[in-house]
Amino acid sequence: MQQIEQEVRQFVVDNFVRTAGNGDFSNQDSFLETGLVDSMGIMNLVEFVREKFSIIIENEELVPENWDSVQQVAEFVRSKVGMATQREEG
Amino acid sequence: MNTSSAFSTTVLEIDAGRVANEIEEGIREIVLRRLRRKGAIVGLSGGIDSSVTAALCARALGKDRVLGVLMPEDESSQDSLLLANLLADAIGISTVVENIGPTLEALGCYRHRDEAIRKVIPEYRTGWKSKIVLPNLVEGSYYQIFSVVAQSPDGEMRRARLTPDAYLGIVAATNFKQRTRKMLEYYHADRLWYAVAGTPNRLEYALGFFVKNGDGAADFKPIAHLYKTQVYDLGKFLGVPEEILRRPPTTDTYSLEQSQEEFYFSLPLDKMDLCLYGKNAGVSAAEVGAAIGLTAEQVKHVFASIDSKLKATVYLQSSPQLIEPVPEAREAGN
Repeated sequence: MQQIEQEVRQFVVDNFVRTAGNGDFSNQDSFLETGLVDSMGIMNLVEFVREKFSIIIENEELVPENWDSVQQVAEFVRSKVGMATQREEG
Repeated sequence: MNTSSAFSTTVLEIDAGRVANEIEEGIREIVLRRLRRKGAIVGLSGGIDSSVTAALCARALGKDRVLGVLMPEDESSQDSLLLANLLADAIGISTVVENIGPTLEALGCYRHRDEAIRKVIPEYRTGWKSKIVLPNLVEGSYYQIFSVVAQSPDGEMRRARLTPDAYLGIVAATNFKQRTRKMLEYYHADRLWYAVAGTPNRLEYALGFFVKNGDGAADFKPIAHLYKTQVYDLGKFLGVPEEILRRPPTTDTYSLEQSQEEFYFSLPLDKMDLCLYGKNAGVSAAEVGAAIGLTAEQVKHVFASIDSKLKATVYLQSSPQLIEPVPEAREAGN
C-alpha cells in the first residue's frame, strides 16, 4: 500500500472509526455512504491533509470526488503534490 | 383540467385561524395543566418566530400572564430592540430589558471569539466586525465548510476558510449569547412561576438550528411543528406588525449582518420549507425541483444536506443519557 493511502487511512481510523465504524472499510468505500465521516469530520480531514502534505486547498476542490474515500483523498494529494513539483521544476 | 396531484408551493397553505386556535388550546393544556405554571416567558428578538410565539401565548393565557424579555448585547442590531418593543405594544404584554453585554464581556465571549478568528485572520482586532458563512448549497456539491468574513474599521473585507479548532472556538464562544439569554429567561420564569416558551419553527427544530441548553432549552415549543412560511401566515393573522413580517430572518449573533440562509440553511427559507416538506412526504427531488425552480440534482444536494443536519441534530436534541432507567422519575404528561 502506498504511503499517502496509509497516512490517510490511519487518520481516518484514529479519528472516526471509534465513533462511527468498526475499522472494516476498504480504501474505495465512500465516507458518505458508510457514514464514517460527517461534516465535522470532513473539516478535520481537510485540515489534516493540508498540514500533513503542505498543500493549499481551494474551496472549489472541496467536492466529494476528491474527499469521499481514502483512495480519492490520496489521488487528490498526489495531483496537488505533482502540480507543486512541476511548478518548482518549471 | 389538470387533475394530477403534482407537488406545488400550495402544500404549506394553512387555515391560520384554525391553527392558532389549536395551538392556543395546546398552550393552555401544557402550561396550566401539565406544567402547572401561571404564565409564559418569551425572549423577544424582534423576529417573526418570537413575535408569533408571544402573540399566541398572550391569546392563550391572557396578555397579563406573558412577559417579554428583551436581551440586547454589544453586537445586537438596533432594530431588534425597536421591533421587539413594537410587538409588545401591539399585543399588549409587559417587557423587561436585560442588557447582557457586560455579562458576555465578563465571561470572555468576545475575547475568546476574537482569539479563535485570529487563528485564520491574524490581523483581526477589537473593533473589526465578523460573521461566519456557508457556501450556497445549490451552486455545487461543495462540502459545507464554514468561512469567516471579517471587516476592518476602515471597511476592508477579509475571508478565510475555518480550520476545525477556529470554527469550534468561534461557535463555543458565541454560544454564550444564547445560553446567557436562557439563564435570564429562567430567572424571570422562576420569580413569576411562569414557564419558558421556546420559539423554534420546524426548520430550526428539526435541522438543529439552535444552541443546546441555549435557545434550544425551553418548557414548551408551540410553533416547532410549523414551517417558516406557515409562521409568517400565522403572523399576518395574529396582527404581527408589518415591519417584523418584512424583516429578513437574521441570526443577530454576529457583528456583521448575517442572514440565517448564509449561516445555516444555504437556501432561501421558503425553498428550504418545501424541500423539507417534500423529503418528509417522499416526493422525488425532480418533482420538488420543478415546484421551486431548481434542478433535480440541486434538490438532491439539499436532501443530502438535510440528512446530514438531521444526523447532527441527534446530539442537540438528546436529553441527559442514563446508564439505567429510573422509572420513579416522572416527566410532565407521563
